[in-house]
Amino acid sequence: MDFNRIKEKLNILADAAKYDVSCSSSGSNRKNKDNGLGDTGNGICHTYTEDGRCVSLLKILLTNHCIFDCAYCVTRKSNDIQRAAFKIQEVVDLTINFYRRNYIEGLFLSSGIFKSADHTMERLIAVAKKLREEENFNGYIHLKSIPGASDELMYEAGLYADRLSVNIEIPTISGLKLLAPDKKHEDFIKPMLKVKNEIIRYKEESKIIKSTAKYAPAGQSTQMIVGATGESDKDIMYSATHFYKNYKMKRVYYSGYVPISTDSRLPSLGSEVPMLRENRLYQTDWLLRFYGFSVNEILDADNPNLDMDIDPKLMWALRNLNHFPIDINKAEPRMLARIPGIGMGSVHKIISGRKYRRLNWEHLKKMGIALNRAKYFIICNSSDWEQRDLDAATIKGMILQSQNSKFKNQYNNQLSLFN
Amino acid sequence: MNASKTLVYDGSFNGFLTAVFIGFEQKLTHADIQKQGQLQSGLFAETETIFTNIEKAQRVWNGVRNKSNSAIKNIYFAFLSEQNNMEALIYRYIQKLMGSKYNGATDFSDDGVLKINQLAHKVGREKHRMEAFVRFQLTKDDVYFANIEPDFDVLPLISKHFRNRYADQQWIIYDVKRKYGLFYDLNTVEIISLDLSDIHTNSTEKSAAFTDAEHEYQDLWNNYFKSTTIKSRINNKLHVQHVPKRYWKYLSEKKAV
Repeated sequence: MDFNRIKEKLNILADAAKYDVSCSSSGSNRKNKDNGLGDTGNGICHTYTEDGRCVSLLKILLTNHCIFDCAYCVTRKSNDIQRAAFKIQEVVDLTINFYRRNYIEGLFLSSGIFKSADHTMERLIAVAKKLREEENFNGYIHLKSIPGASDELMYEAGLYADRLSVNIEIPTISGLKLLAPDKKHEDFIKPMLKVKNEIIRYKEESKIIKSTAKYAPAGQSTQMIVGATGESDKDIMYSATHFYKNYKMKRVYYSGYVPISTDSRLPSLGSEVPMLRENRLYQTDWLLRFYGFSVNEILDADNPNLDMDIDPKLMWALRNLNHFPIDINKAEPRMLARIPGIGMGSVHKIISGRKYRRLNWEHLKKMGIALNRAKYFIICNSSDWEQRDLDAATIKGMILQSQNSKFKNQYNNQLSLFN
Repeated sequence: MNASKTLVYDGSFNGFLTAVFIGFEQKLTHADIQKQGQLQSGLFAETETIFTNIEKAQRVWNGVRNKSNSAIKNIYFAFLSEQNNMEALIYRYIQKLMGSKYNGATDFSDDGVLKINQLAHKVGREKHRMEAFVRFQLTKDDVYFANIEPDFDVLPLISKHFRNRYADQQWIIYDVKRKYGLFYDLNTVEIISLDLSDIHTNSTEKSAAFTDAEHEYQDLWNNYFKSTTIKSRINNKLHVQHVPKRYWKYLSEKKAV
């Protein structure tokens, strides 16, 4: 192996792959087979980059040669960058050797599109197949579904991969037309649909025949770029809900646009990455998936964007003060989950703890509840609770004063003019 | 009838459970259970040395398990925390568990229960960290070797994970702090102790113990770690929060090149 050449390629092709934010290595049920190499489980973050993101998979492109010219993408045809391509065996060797040293949970393989969608997809599948069949590798494999790939290839991909993903990237169809004129919306949807249908079919079959082979056991995911086309938070979250519901997505990722181009259709180089907005979108995503909220409770025509200075659950609570205060010792779990400052872990602790005695502020504090937010919305076993009839703006003001957010300087931009 | 007594055990988990058994047998309301060699007896306290008895230990284990599966896990994890005075905490926890008509292990409004849960949680996190932060280096004898220095004694907890995952390679994970390790020889995992002349950290020097390719792969991993960082999003506070500095010396990606 020529390590110097590999190092060069790895630098180029890891650099090009890093804008894909999916890092998950969980959700698969693949176990070690015949004393071979690897297994999957809850997923492990083996390290974190200096930007604070988790590294659990070897995330690389097979090549960054691409026939498309999508404005938002760093590997677009017209971009003047170094190009490189891995051989199939090189990717296999890297994956196995990194895995054996406990650096990674597996491989995340994507690619620029060379020649055609099918030609590219075939090569991705070849890597996964080799890992599974020649190396008896049972670790995690995430393959990119190439937009426009044929149904036959998507079928084959699912036999070797744990997860498949197509990045929708631009949440609105008009945005896609503007930034990626040679890509069609249908091309993204087609492989997604095929994979979804196969997953359903395999699930049905495995109910009858236990020995049914696995098909993409960790499901599908997708990603949307945030802040590249002037879309609203409502556009993004309604689109995400659509994919969760109609394509049974395991995850939708939100990626704050990192300026990489001088194209006039996009935010200019040096504009700040919208990290706070990205964070608020993830919080909303969690509310939808784990806290029993539906998207129109949080975002609608009158409120198309999330508040940046407070979290979306608090934002919802302030708009719906009629539901509060909630009695910690009596309320149903689904209402407990709606109290600002109380996460699902705390909901669980409250429900267990209140069987033994009526809970007071001291108990709640020890359980780790963020009382600085929660105290305006709850009553517990104490006569000391917020009895004034405060309005939403006052509560918000008091909460903001009591906390020191790491994002403060981002939403206090105007004020800092006077400093 | 003694309400309080000091019980001295050999430091093993079974020894501890035997002490718990004796404590219950003698109806001690407060059992001051201490490790041999770390004895700090009160001026007038009566002490008794406990001889580990697998059968008695087993009875305590089964008794707790019949009450609650999560409690038995909490007890074992909290024991491995090696925290000062964790023995007394666990003793109280078991008393509460056995005395409660519910599953007392979920009474999160009780200080002792909360404390054991938090201890177990800390040890669980350390276990998970070690599953993440072990960095094997391939020796010339074809063994994948790693040194660790975990905050708590988590080797017994990670053995199964590594056995299941690296079933086709020989490996050693050695706890430098506690001076013992695990060795998997392609069949079973055994506990070993080594006379280590040098501790293998993420040194930039090539070591004669490892294969030539080993250094190259570390180099590749190091490079990968750098290229996958997005410079416009640097957030060192978050980075250090997830990868605390005390673990850096064994992480090849944090090697100062």
